[in-house]
Amino acid sequence: MRNPQLNSQGKLQHLLTTEGLPRDVILAILDAAAPFAEVAEREVKKLPLMRGKSIFNLFFENSTRTRTTFEIAAKRLSADVINLNINTSSAAKGETLLDTIDNLSAMQADMFVVRHASSGAPYLIAGHLAATGREHIHVVNAGDGRHAHPTQGLLDMYTIRHYKRTFTELTVAIVGDVLHSRVARSQIHALTTLGVAEIRVIAPRTLLPTDVERLGVHVFHNIDEGLQGVDVVMMLRLQNERMQGALLPSPQEYFKSYGLTPERLARAKPDAIVMHPGPMNRGVEIDSAVADGSHAVILPQVTFGIAVRMAVMSMLAGGS
Amino acid sequence: MKIQISNGRVIDPANGIDQHADVFIADGIIVGVGKQPAGFEANGSLDASGCIVCPGLVDLSARLREPGYEYRATLESEMAAAAAGGVTSLACPPDTDPPLDEPGLVEMLKHRARLPEFAHVYPIGALTEKLAGINLTEMAELAEAGCVAFGQANTAIVDTQVLLRAMQYAATFDFPVWMQAQDPFLARLGVAHDGEVATRLGLAGIPVAAETIALATILQLARETGARIHLTRISSAVGLEMIVAARRSGISATCDVAVHHLHLCEHDIGYFDPHARLDPPLRAQSDRDALRRGLADGSINAVCSDHTPVDDDAKQVPFDEAEPGATGLELLLPLTLKWASEMKLPLAQALSRVTCDPARILGIEAGTLKIGAAADVCVFDPQAAYPVNRATLKSQGKNTPFLGLELQGRVRGTLIDGHLAYDGSWS
Repeated sequence: MRNPQLNSQGKLQHLLTTEGLPRDVILAILDAAAPFAEVAEREVKKLPLMRGKSIFNLFFENSTRTRTTFEIAAKRLSADVINLNINTSSAAKGETLLDTIDNLSAMQADMFVVRHASSGAPYLIAGHLAATGREHIHVVNAGDGRHAHPTQGLLDMYTIRHYKRTFTELTVAIVGDVLHSRVARSQIHALTTLGVAEIRVIAPRTLLPTDVERLGVHVFHNIDEGLQGVDVVMMLRLQNERMQGALLPSPQEYFKSYGLTPERLARAKPDAIVMHPGPMNRGVEIDSAVADGSHAVILPQVTFGIAVRMAVMSMLAGGS
Repeated sequence: MKIQISNGRVIDPANGIDQHADVFIADGIIVGVGKQPAGFEANGSLDASGCIVCPGLVDLSARLREPGYEYRATLESEMAAAAAGGVTSLACPPDTDPPLDEPGLVEMLKHRARLPEFAHVYPIGALTEKLAGINLTEMAELAEAGCVAFGQANTAIVDTQVLLRAMQYAATFDFPVWMQAQDPFLARLGVAHDGEVATRLGLAGIPVAAETIALATILQLARETGARIHLTRISSAVGLEMIVAARRSGISATCDVAVHHLHLCEHDIGYFDPHARLDPPLRAQSDRDALRRGLADGSINAVCSDHTPVDDDAKQVPFDEAEPGATGLELLLPLTLKWASEMKLPLAQALSRVTCDPARILGIEAGTLKIGAAADVCVFDPQAAYPVNRATLKSQGKNTPFLGLELQGRVRGTLIDGHLAYDGSWS
């Protein structure tokens, strides 16, 4: 079975996941993002690379932050952006996902940026476009269920490379709710492909998926042990509805056992960086002193995120 | 009407026959195998050269979707699929809409299925009203209407006291109880085997413990009540071990496996293929291998199609929203043959798992070519290829993970009570 995000020439057709994404493709995206990051510093932040292209932001699940960054990225490339929050429109009226896609395709879409609560929904869309001879329409996964959030994973790689200049010598710790996290999966696959020395995941057993070791990570249940000597700490967001119940007893206890405090961070390398995909829960997964401290690169992540999304969109649909 | 099926290789596992012989049928009854009865003059014949002649297949689980889900399939479409698949007797689970919990519904189904080209239908009655797991159904009445066993299809009885009572009551009349072992809490929201693939794809998992915990409950209550238990669609190696151990300790329990689970495992989900969304889920490769061995050594008693036609609209959605199930009536034979050839098993042994063995579980006179038996016969060419695609499938459900593949073994003719229900000789 061909990886559905690559075309028959091995070129990136869609961006659905970081899993199986060749190393040179990841590096090409990161390389392409660098000049876009510089554009953001200029007074005029617009480039004509996608002039006349129509990008549909299809958000079947609420998100302000990710949708906004995609929108900014597309606008900086001079594309026309159409935002659709589908949970408040067609889906409520009973239109199927593929009917929605067919209708928007008929409006000459060039790209769908898709967020969906179901893992694999962007694959269904990509498969449908291929089956109906509309392979010229690109799909970018902006987060599907627990499966993948590849642009987040890639912007995290960009951030790491920006601060560390290397991957192969790094020890990276991912802390928190890996079970429900599409971000963690995308990070793990990208880090593996880029050849980091060690990936650790740190979480209670209730927040780790079965056989997570098979993804190529070392599991730690004790955060103090897990943070020992790491170069990069990637925090995950803990969803409100998961803070109390059968997964965790309370946010207080979670913070006590797994919250990133300055004392815990002191076990990492002195020049370690702290990342978070946002939005943060201060006092639940991360102490404000760390979130606002000198190790945090959380706001640069957001800035880089726009450059990386510009790189992805222009590589997919920006012509030559 | 007298029919002679000539020049075929007759494999009749029930009677230990595997030889080139002609089969003689008169008035819907087998009257001779190998030896032409005195005075027999055929007025119809079927040339089975190069083919295998075996008893019609007995399928322990085929959803006909009537009543209630006629948009998914109809009796006509699925009976055509059964005949094309060589299936002449089938058990249908009670998860229709409304469920088979009233004698009237069962009588109606039996009546609708009474056409000569239709396979014999053996309804499994609901064990509890509306399959809700609260009140028992009128089992004696349902049995009179034609139910051969009682079960819950894929739903569980959560209240163990109700389960105990249901089994006690069924045991009173010696009605078999068919149960699918899946704990509803551990399976809640789950859509795939809780293992490597679900972790990678971010799909909610159903752990093996969902099967083993339910099995433990059912087997212990079977010990308490002495009920005759049949466990449907076993999916895991550990689950199978538990059943084998329970038998050794004297519990009467048979079990079956769905034919998909002999060939596929969690990895066949690929990139979220909704056709691989099955209930129970496709499990690890080691589970699949244990099921393949278990069916070979007889610890699994039979293989069934678990035929579940699903309309395209319910499959062309994201994996976790897709309706579980696969169409299977037409694939039961070729997939069983594929399993047998990969396991290097004699054909007779393989065919017993889809003929006399399931017939014994159902407690029906079928799956045999003995003289005096109903002439339910399947004639198939074991070498001919069967391309699985939307055009070849007669079932209204085109949902199968085997779409696009070519399987060995093609039915050339199916007789039901001596009536040629399917003629594939020209194709």
